[in-house]
Order: sequence, then C-alpha cells, then structure tokens
Amino acid sequence: MRALLALLVRDLRLAIRQGGTVGMTLGFFVITVTLFPLGVGPELELLSRIAAGVIWVAAMLASLISLDRIFQADYEDGSLELIALGPTPLELVVLAKALAHWLTTGLPLLVTAPLLAVLLNLPVNGFVALIAAMLLGTPALSLIGAIGAALTVGVRRGGVLLSLLVLPLYIPILIFGVAAVEAAIGGFVVAPHLAVLGGLLIGATVLTPWASAAALRLALE
Amino acid sequence: MSVMHRFANPTRFLRIVELLFPWVAGVTALLTVVGLYLGLFVAPPDYQQGDTVRIMFVHVPAAWMALFVYAVMAVCSAMSLIWRHPVADLTAKSCAPIGACFTFIALATGSLWGEPMWGTWWVWDARLTSMLILFFLYLGYMAIWEAYDDPTRAARAAAILALVGSVNLPIIKFSVDWWNTLHQPASVATMSGPKIHSSILIPLLVMALAFKGYFLTVLMMRVRSEIIGMKVRRLRLAVARD
Repeated sequence: MRALLALLVRDLRLAIRQGGTVGMTLGFFVITVTLFPLGVGPELELLSRIAAGVIWVAAMLASLISLDRIFQADYEDGSLELIALGPTPLELVVLAKALAHWLTTGLPLLVTAPLLAVLLNLPVNGFVALIAAMLLGTPALSLIGAIGAALTVGVRRGGVLLSLLVLPLYIPILIFGVAAVEAAIGGFVVAPHLAVLGGLLIGATVLTPWASAAALRLALE
Repeated sequence: MSVMHRFANPTRFLRIVELLFPWVAGVTALLTVVGLYLGLFVAPPDYQQGDTVRIMFVHVPAAWMALFVYAVMAVCSAMSLIWRHPVADLTAKSCAPIGACFTFIALATGSLWGEPMWGTWWVWDARLTSMLILFFLYLGYMAIWEAYDDPTRAARAAAILALVGSVNLPIIKFSVDWWNTLHQPASVATMSGPKIHSSILIPLLVMALAFKGYFLTVLMMRVRSEIIGMKVRRLRLAVARD
C-alpha cells in the first residue's frame, strides 16, 4: 500500500514538475471546445443543444492525447522495468498509475467543464448532471485508456494506433455521459444514466488491471 | 485437452484442412446457389417493402457473421493466451479481415436498404452505430498486428485487445433492447420463437449457413497461407543465421 502511495505521489510530482503537462491538456480541451462555435456558427440555441456532446468529445480527446504519459516515459527511462521487478503486483501498479493520470487529466477537465458549458450556453439544469457524469466517466476514460497505453508501449508510432484502439472503447461512456446531461435538461430522471456510467467505471476498474498488466509484461519481455 | 494439442501441430492441422477443404467449399457453393434461388425467386415480396426486402437475405446473415467472427476471434485469442496455441494465433489473425468484410457488407447493404425504406442512406440508430464500432474494433485489431515486428509479440498484444474488445460484443447485441429506435427490434431470436413467416425464414437460414460455410472456406485458405508464411519466415531466418 505504501509503495503504491509512493508511486502515485511520484507520478503526480512528475506531472506537475514536467513543464506543465496538466496545463497543456487543459489548453487542448479549451481550444477544441472553442473550435466548435467557430465551426457550426454562434447561434446560442444550436450551441446549447450540442454543448454536452462537444464537451464530452473534447474531454475524451484531451484524455486520449495525454495517455502516453501513463507508461511511455517510464518505459523509455527503464523505471517501468524496475517497478515491474519490485514486489508490488503489476495489476495494482496499473491502477495507481491510472489514478495519477485521472488526477492530472480528468480532474482538471472536470473543473474546467462547467466554465466551457457556460460559454456554450448549456441550460442551467444540465450543470449538475454534467459534473456528476464526468465524475463517473472520466476515471473510466483513464482506466480504459491505460489498456491502450500499455498495449502500445514501445511500439513505433504508437500514438495513432492508440487512438484507433481506445476511441471505440470510449463510445459507451460518451453515449451515457451525454444522455445523462440531456435527461437532466429535458426534465427526465438522470439516475439510470449515472448508474450505467458507474457500472462502466466498475467494469473498467476490474478489467483494466488484468489487461494492462498482461500487456506491460509483454512489453517488458 | 489432448485433442486440442493435437491440432496445435501446424503440419497436422494443415493435413486436416487439406482433407476438409473441398467438402466445405463444395457445400458452401451449393448452399449459396440454393439460398440465392430461394431468396430471389421463391420468397414472396413484402407487402410493404416490395422486392427491396430481398436485401435482407444478404444483410442479416452478414450482420450475424460480423458478430460470430468476432466471437471466434475472441475464443481463439483466449486459447492463444492461455495455452500459447500457435494455430489459434493464426486463426484469430485470419478471422479479422473476414469479419471486417462481413461488417462492411452489413453496413453497405443496410445503407442500400435504408435509402428506399427510411429515405436516407444512414441513420444514427443504435444497431447501425454499434456495427460501425465493431468495424473500428476490427480495424484496430488488424492495425496492432501490423504495429509489432515480432509476430509472437504481436499475437499476444492482439489477443489482449481482442478479449478487451469482446466485452463490447454483448453491448452490441443488447443495444437493440437498450435504445429502441428506427431499426426494427430483433425478430428472429426472440423468446416467443421466430416472428417471421417460414417462406422468408427458410431462405434466410439457408443464406446464413452459406455465409458460415464461406467463412470456414476463406478461413481455411487464410490459415493455410499464414502457416506457410510462418514456415517461410523461419526458413529465411535460418538461412540468414548460417
């Protein structure tokens, strides 16, 4: 447990000290969202209809482009090998690293999302649902992404491959994340959508450690 | 268990394939001819959709096969991860392009069918969308085989990916029940038995068998060439070493 905590703190410290990786992800998120009004036109009615979807898609892409941070740097400088040789099970290491990725990507996205929702004129009654859905959805993005990151570690031009592998697996989260916000705006019950998102999160928590650890062992052979 | 290990020997596997191949190919050809005749000439036109309904005899089997091939791929991947079964690796690899083609056929014929029926080439309905996602999963699977230089490592990475992707299969299958939209709900495999008339059901099932036979035929050809390719690679490496 203490080893995992140390790993988590180390990853967080690296993310903060390594020249603003958190800031860059946030910048990407904000710019992507800004592109949409420029692309589809500034009508507030149209924007308020697509706001939830745009924010979710941008959050997914922002999460995706920062995935290589989970394992790639550690693989290149050899520390991943040391961590794998240690007594801590690789499955738990994966969970700790995915948590670190969420704390440095998902959480800042979650904090910024309401601000962008204001810019996109999201109806007021959708805000709580958006935050709740992102609170359940973004950790699942980090977890599922960790599988893709582990599979492409040490692969040449892994970035493009990573997006091809991970984005289809993100789709259920997108569907239910947006559905939750739209249910809230339409005055319907939000809880079932949030329950599905929670289920996806739990499923990802169970599946990710096995799949990622198997992929990492393969990469470290 | 021992039966499975017998088939793990590529040479023995090849001999069995040589023996079965003409039969499977012949039965497939026969079923295709019979299925197409029943579907195009014997089955009555639909009272609403007219002759357009005949697209179903290609569309529905292709959609079933798209899912079935992914399931075969996932089972082979599990076998390759658990028992390091070399033929299972190559079978999973050979499944992917075939499955991707079936998925593409299902999407393309669905689009051709949708135009006269719904008045649009494409609707973002649950089943169409999940088919499209399945197509992307196949593409990702094929891409990961290409990404690694070492085939044994590629096999294991691809197997992990196929198993992760197979979690999506039930989501696709039950998406019909989750979102009840434009696409008609499942009408063959319902709890109360088939809901469509036998004059349409029989050609449909014959075509489904023909598609399955076609899958087996092409799979045999592909696995055979994969095994030969593996042998050629080994010989080249052996020559390079000397």
